[in-house]
Amino acid sequence: MGEQKKTDHRAPGDAEGEGSILTYTAGLGFALALTAASFIVSQSHLLWAPGLAVGLAVLAIAQMGVHLVFFLNIGSGPDNTNTVLALAFGILIVTLVVSGSLWIMANLNGNMMPGAVMQEMQK
Amino acid sequence: MTAQVADASAVPEEVARAGDDGPAPVRVVVAYGFWIFLLSDIIMFAALFATYAVLNGQTAGGPSARHLFDIRNVAIETLCLLFSSYTCGLGSLFIARRRLRPFYVLFGMTFVLGAIFLGLEIHEFSGMVASGAGPSRSAFLSSFFALVGLHGTHVTIGLLWLLFNVAQVAAKGPRPFVLRRLHCFGLFWHALDIIWVAVMSLVYLMGVRA
Repeated sequence: MGEQKKTDHRAPGDAEGEGSILTYTAGLGFALALTAASFIVSQSHLLWAPGLAVGLAVLAIAQMGVHLVFFLNIGSGPDNTNTVLALAFGILIVTLVVSGSLWIMANLNGNMMPGAVMQEMQK
Repeated sequence: MTAQVADASAVPEEVARAGDDGPAPVRVVVAYGFWIFLLSDIIMFAALFATYAVLNGQTAGGPSARHLFDIRNVAIETLCLLFSSYTCGLGSLFIARRRLRPFYVLFGMTFVLGAIFLGLEIHEFSGMVASGAGPSRSAFLSSFFALVGLHGTHVTIGLLWLLFNVAQVAAKGPRPFVLRRLHCFGLFWHALDIIWVAVMSLVYLMGVRA
């Protein structure tokens, strides 16, 4: 008997083995810590104000990672390849949609005629 | 050898079909298909996030994020969703081991926490509309209600789905197809929590400081 192949035989969200209470509890702990950090950072002046948006985005992405790994059990094992590939494609599209929209709209805003000039021309 | 064959016939049909070359077991196919749906759902949310980010400052002289958002309300909502995700995860562990009583308790808690979240959100929305900050007030508020309202709609559907699933467990017992649906519900509920993390930090926490 050959070694049992496990490729493709793990559903998204399946835990490795049976999954455990410990995994979920650890995830809850990490998520609570990151949530608390987000709230503290936004309510205090710990972060340099212009960098606040980036700081909050980093904390949010970290927390999403925690949720994916500990709650959705998305790992990096070979039996997870399909799930992770689909996720990677999803992240690519999300990045394109969000950053593309922001970029284009900021560019359009930058190319808008200043309000004063526009009013002058309408006279 | 004969003992092994007897064992093999005892395993459920789903596991038996998970051969080296044969098709993947039904629960893997179902969960994978649902995973693809969730990713497309997240892409839809990404479009709304992009809209919100672009229209964030377009308040048309109306109230801005700083005047509207109540940070304590958001903190309670966040904790409700986070703990409901936790109880949902634990509940799915127990149903996988066919332990029904702790499953009912944990999914009951999931439902209550989700309902509290929804109640708080409806309260917030109705307060905003009553104070003249409804979705038609400005582009900022339109995009806010579209994004957060869509998440709230998902939570509402999730709660109905949860009731339906628990009723199925009660009526039909933990059969494979019931467990598959519960597994998909778990994926859905955890994904909603992930989207809420983005809403909480990018809409509310950034909003109050903008």
